This record gives sequence, structure tokens and C-alpha cells, in this order.
Amino acid sequence: MFINYLSSLPGAVAQGIIWGIMAIGVYITFKILDIADLTVDGSICTGASVCAVMLTSGQPVWLALIAAFIVGMLTGLMTGIFHTFMGIPAILAGILTQLMLWSINLKIMGTSQIALDVSKNNLLVTNRVAFLGRTVLILTIFAIALIALLYWFFGTEYGSSVRATGANLGMSRAQGINTNITKIFGLVLSNGIVALSGALLAQYQGSSNNNMGKGAIVIGLAAVIIGDALFGWLAKNNFALKLLAVVFGGIVYYIVYSTVIYIGLDADLLKLLSALLVALFLAVPYWKNKYFSSHADAAKRKKSGKEGKENA
Amino acid sequence: MLELIDVRKTFNPGTINAKRALCGVDLKLNEGDFVTIIGGNGAGKSTTLNAIAGAWPIDSGEIKIDGANVAHLPEYKRAKYLGRVFQDPMTGTAATMEIQENMAIAARRGAPRTLRWGISAKEKKQFREQLATLELGLEDRMTAKVGLLSGGQRQALTLLMATLKKPKILLLDEHTAALDPKTAAKVLELSDKLIAENHLTAMMVTHNMKDAIAHGNRLIMMHEGRIIFDVSGEEKQKLTVDALIEKFSQTSGEEFANDRTLLSK
Repeated sequence: MFINYLSSLPGAVAQGIIWGIMAIGVYITFKILDIADLTVDGSICTGASVCAVMLTSGQPVWLALIAAFIVGMLTGLMTGIFHTFMGIPAILAGILTQLMLWSINLKIMGTSQIALDVSKNNLLVTNRVAFLGRTVLILTIFAIALIALLYWFFGTEYGSSVRATGANLGMSRAQGINTNITKIFGLVLSNGIVALSGALLAQYQGSSNNNMGKGAIVIGLAAVIIGDALFGWLAKNNFALKLLAVVFGGIVYYIVYSTVIYIGLDADLLKLLSALLVALFLAVPYWKNKYFSSHADAAKRKKSGKEGKENA
Repeated sequence: MLELIDVRKTFNPGTINAKRALCGVDLKLNEGDFVTIIGGNGAGKSTTLNAIAGAWPIDSGEIKIDGANVAHLPEYKRAKYLGRVFQDPMTGTAATMEIQENMAIAARRGAPRTLRWGISAKEKKQFREQLATLELGLEDRMTAKVGLLSGGQRQALTLLMATLKKPKILLLDEHTAALDPKTAAKVLELSDKLIAENHLTAMMVTHNMKDAIAHGNRLIMMHEGRIIFDVSGEEKQKLTVDALIEKFSQTSGEEFANDRTLLSK
């Protein structure tokens, strides 16, 4: 049995890297732009659908990946337009696009599920044990190349203005940054990456399924949070290392996933546990502020000071 | 330079909370003017500055910079003409970004942002020298996150950023109000210095009448969305706080009963 567990680990690593790439997309919106973008639950499936349709119609895999990336960017554009030009709150804008994508993904695939087979389709990555070594290697190269590209982009003048938009909206406008465009750009880039991870995921698991994106945002956030908690201190202020930490967060998530299944936990409960874990970690900074910050102390002091004045 | 013609703004029009914030503001600034603006709470001082900056569209009137009406331009487009420092020290800088990154962003105000690297070696050297003039030791902390700085340090940095790329008009919106008196004095001194060195045209909103008299070459008093008093030159130099209070009750027909302004005599 334990041998089974060990043999599941390379698969967990591969799956972890794919979700780590997805989590990099989430990182761009959640951490850099300070937007919780729920589009990803739909756009990951859009990427998978586009990729699956193209592969089954005999297109080369690189073209399928590029197409998935571009269509994914379009989903981000949709949310961006909802949010900026139509003034819809970011979370709702993402939910609207996500719902739209449920229909669109069905139309792209023409059915609710497309199967991919490494022996029939020309796949880049797969969960077949014989190819796992190659799969992990390719995914690692993919992740590193993506991190390098993003490190470069967010260091450029335009990339800096996207970061500034998330850090301080008012300051960004005062410095002449068109914050609507930078927000849209971030959403476009993020969903392109998420769709790309969806295309990899479809190949890896051998199918694209209309329900595969359900709760993707939570897994992405979990990877971001786990990565930050376990490896953030190593990354210090280096942006590339922070993104690498996110990928490791994805890997840890899937190793834990494999482990709890090996221990015998009901797999149906995993989404419940993931969501609770994310909720708990999101609460930590809030609690820190509320109960341990100097502000809280100051408020207490102010209160007692006021009473003192009244007595005098 | 800057010209405001009959600028009007009502917030929440048609509701019970309707607030006529600007009721026909006319103002013409000359090149090199350093105008201080005083008035009670709700007089329209900050609103005037926000109208110029384009924080929201005005209801009617014109805002001209160098003869061109900018009243319909969005805030980010007007930024090319304006350097701004706000009351809240948190507002003018990006806390999660480095000091030098903040400066690099400010140095590109009004310029296209491309895919060139966000900060050049030449800039780093230049920023270091400019930070050194603040005498706050920030030149040795250029890669520190701005969130680690104190309110006064952030306000000094924001001032420097606002003038990195010479603005047509520098807008100072009660930029020392949130600081302790000693730091406030320092930041004011720095404002004077930067304005003089760069020959800037500036507008400074303040609650402190003494500061309003001591700084700049022109003083404007606002009341209920209008400019009720406008002095410059020698007449302004001779002003006293008591004369200002007297002037206020004369022109507005009301007692200058604003605690905050009286307290800061």
C-alpha cells in the first residue's frame, strides 16, 4: 500500500505544478491587483476545452496551447470590461463571466466532456506512468519559463504601473496611470495563464470536462497561501522567488491531497477542507490587525484617555 | 497658467444629502504664484483642488491649463500637468513598493509607460542624490518598502515625487495636517524649498492661518463654495491672523467660529 502512495507522488508533483501555474494566474489578480477574480473557475475549463477540441481535430499541441492562452485572455478581457467600463464590482464581474463561460465551454466542446488519449492524440504531458518523468520535466520548464517572463514583465515600466495600480489606485491615477487599462491588462494576463494551465490539465488527466473548474479559485488561493506560508520567508522581496513559492505551494497541496487519500480520508471532503483552510489563512491577517496591532492598542488608550478627560 | 471659470459642483444632487460644494469659483493663477487657501470646514478648499485634478467631473464651468480646457479630461490624463500631495500620508505613495520604484513611477508621470526596464541605473543614482537632499537618510534605504516609513517621511517622499517631473501646478491638499507639529514644520519648509528651487506654481490648502500668511505670495479665503477674499503681494505680507478673522466676518457676515481654525492661530 505504501508503495502505491510513493508511486502516486510523481503524479502529485506534476499535478501540483499545473495547479501552481494556475495559482500564478491567481497571484496576479489576488496579490498584485488586489482583486479576487472568480473568472478562473470558468477560464481554466475554457483553456481545457479549446485545447481538447484542437487536439482531437488533429492540430499540433503547441498551437492548441497558444489558442488556449489567447481565448483565456479574452475571458479576462470580458471580466475587465464588466469591472471597469461597466462599473460592476470585481467579484460579481468574475461570477458573471464564469457563468457565461459555462455555456461557452459547452459550445466550444459541443458536448460536456472530451477524452484525450496519449496513444491517439499528440500530448505534451500525461499522467501515464511511463511518461511521468518527461511530464514533470516539461512542466518544470514551463513553470520556470513563465516565472522568468513574468519577472521581466513586472519589472518593466508598464509592469510597474500594473503593480502600482494594485498597491494604490489613487496614487496611480495621480501619477498618470490609466488604472482601468492596467486592471484589464492584469485580468487578461491572469486568465490567459489560468487557461494555459487548464490546457495542460486536460492533457494530463486525459479529458476536458465542463465541471473541471469548480472551486479552482480555492485551490489557486490555497497554493498561493501555502506557498507564502512555507516558502515566503525564503523569497524575501524577490518577485521570481515569490512566484516559485506559489508553484511549490501547488505541489505541497497535491502531496497533502495524495497523503490524505492514502490515509483513507473521503475524497468528497477535500473541497470542504480546502475551503476551510483558505478561509482560516485569509482570516489570519485580519485577526492580527484586530487583536495584535498597535492600532488596537491605540484605540484602547484613546478610550481610557477620553474617560480620564471627562473625569478631570 | 491655471484658470478656473465659474466652476460648479454639487455632490449627491437631487437627494436629501445634496451638498453644493463649489458655487461658481473663478480664479486665475499667474506663472510662479504660490497660493495658500484657507477657509472653514466644507468651504470648498480641497474640493477646488480635486476639481482641478479631476477626481470627479465638475457640473459646469471651465478649467484651463495653459489656455486649454482640461475639464473633460480624466484624472490620469490631467496628471501630466499636476504634482499632488494629499492630507493622508498613505495616499501619495504605494506602500508595498520600494522607495526607488515609487520614484521611478513618479518620474514617468505624463510619459508613456513602455516595456523598457522600470528603473535605470542612471535614475537610481539621480534618485539617491535627490533623496539625500531630504536629509532623512532615505538615500540608504532605496530598496525598502515605502510602508516601512513614518508619515512624515512618506509625505516628504510624496513631495519629492510630485516635483521629480516638473509639474505645471503643484497641488498641496492640507499635506501637513496629519503630521505632528515638528514634522509638519519640516515638510512645510521642504515644500517652500522645492517650490522655490523649481520655480513652481503651487496651491496649498491649509487650516493653519499662520502658515497661510507666512507662505506663498498670495492668499485666498473660501466660504460656502466661493472665493470671498483674494490678496497678494505686499498686502498679503502685512496680513495678521486677527485681520484675517476680521476680514472673514466682514465678507461672509458670519463669525469665524471654526474651532479647528481658531485653535491653529
